[in-house]
Amino acid sequence: MINSFEIMETIKMLDEEHLDIRTITMGISLKDCSDPDIDRMCEKIYNKITTYAKDLVKTGEEIERDFGIPIINKRISVTPVSNLCENATTIEDCVKIAKTLDRAAITTGVNFIGGYSALVHKDYTKGDRLLIDSIPMALSSTERVCSSVNVATTRAGINIDAVAHMGRIVKECAELTASSGGFACAKLVVFANAVEDNPFMAGAFHGTGEGECVINVGVSGPGVVKCALEKIGKNADLGVVADTIKKTAFKITRMGQLVAQEASRRLNVPYGIVDLSLAPTPAIGDSVAHILEEMGLEKCGTHGTTAALAMLNDAVKKGGVMASSFVGGLSGAFIPVSEDAGMIDATNCGALSIEKLEAMTCVCSVGLDMICVPGSTSASTISAIIADEAAIGVVNNKTTAVRIIPAPGMDIGDTVEFGGLLGSGPVMKVNSFKSDEFIARGGRIPAPLHSLKN
Amino acid sequence: MKAVITVIGKDRVGIIYSVSDILAKANINILDISQTIMQDIFTMIMLVDISKCEDHFAEISKSLEDLGTELGLSIRIQHEDIFNSMHRI
Repeated sequence: MINSFEIMETIKMLDEEHLDIRTITMGISLKDCSDPDIDRMCEKIYNKITTYAKDLVKTGEEIERDFGIPIINKRISVTPVSNLCENATTIEDCVKIAKTLDRAAITTGVNFIGGYSALVHKDYTKGDRLLIDSIPMALSSTERVCSSVNVATTRAGINIDAVAHMGRIVKECAELTASSGGFACAKLVVFANAVEDNPFMAGAFHGTGEGECVINVGVSGPGVVKCALEKIGKNADLGVVADTIKKTAFKITRMGQLVAQEASRRLNVPYGIVDLSLAPTPAIGDSVAHILEEMGLEKCGTHGTTAALAMLNDAVKKGGVMASSFVGGLSGAFIPVSEDAGMIDATNCGALSIEKLEAMTCVCSVGLDMICVPGSTSASTISAIIADEAAIGVVNNKTTAVRIIPAPGMDIGDTVEFGGLLGSGPVMKVNSFKSDEFIARGGRIPAPLHSLKN
Repeated sequence: MKAVITVIGKDRVGIIYSVSDILAKANINILDISQTIMQDIFTMIMLVDISKCEDHFAEISKSLEDLGTELGLSIRIQHEDIFNSMHRI
């Protein structure tokens, strides 16, 4: 029999340390829904999603109950919708598809559906351009649809035309949802090196290299890691700290693996990957920033934060990889500001700035995530922030992303309330010097050299 | 199929009696049982066989949870796989 110490350890993680499965995400291919008639296509999309995912939420709840593990979100990702927009002629056509996705999400009971996306790291097709132009309207007129755009890859370089375009789109999204603090921006991610099997929103889409239908699972557990570090005390050296994180990540991921296998078996859908992420929530005791502080930093964002985060991120992967048969997605520590009580605190007390966050994204799982900036921030400054982040991803061969909210009418010192898992974001200072001319040049930044490393 | 029942809370008379009463009525066999009391906190772990259980897992889970509320304890039942997968390779 399993010994009682191990049983109690699991119960304690679930009860007191916020251990949970963050999401079961079903990826559904919409390739076969393409149709020259938009209305007919929408009907096909709706029917396919609601058929494939009809038992997703119910099965998730059953697994939750049988194993006693909270599964916070059940979600759906679909083939990047721009692939279906080649026959669309107007923005309204695209928005129609977004509304169809929203309706399918409501019917199936999932809280978000991702994949209102385009991949334009080299150039646009007609459909890509139309879809991107429709994003502000689509996100402001739907509730559950999430969108992402890939503007750069290590092999293609950075499409600065798309980066400039996305700066304007982010601004439009904010303005169309001004009354809710620019909420549409929280559902929009701009990627470099986007992955095809990410189960986390807002950036999830079902890549074109994926199969018909797949189950991906995202685990979480910053609280568990922090508690494990509390137990080893302040004097343990960093080798011991790394080892403790590894062991904890292993256990968390084993749970994700079990849930992924069970969901796959019960839904009769292939199991794709487990995403080994430490995804924080605004709840006290569920913060990545607090793990870094537990390591010995007075506040997250001070000198040493990048090193601590690099070790955390690496140890999470090392521990998790052995625990799961297939690992993928974004796998690592997330550092969203508004969704992490410790990051919010650190920003409010002046320890954490956008510049430091940018440095942290060089070593963590994603990028500048859920960052609120003054509503007066120009489109070209937002584009320049995206370009910086894309450059980090492209040069370092990793995924990076920007989810930024230029909250209309807000300024430094204000706080934007999103509610729920999205939390509340203090408005952060951006550099006031202009980047207009750089962004206005347009064109592409060529793919970087990957030899002569220095 | 096996499941693990854990009971945590303040010690009092009749905890094991009440839990096993529910299990007996549902035709659930107790395979192993261990209990400790640490600083007044009662901790009981039971390994049970639910393969002959006629009720739905959800109903058992609900009746144990309700009993927990009544006695002021936390009582839960979970498939043993969660513990096996977390602590065994």
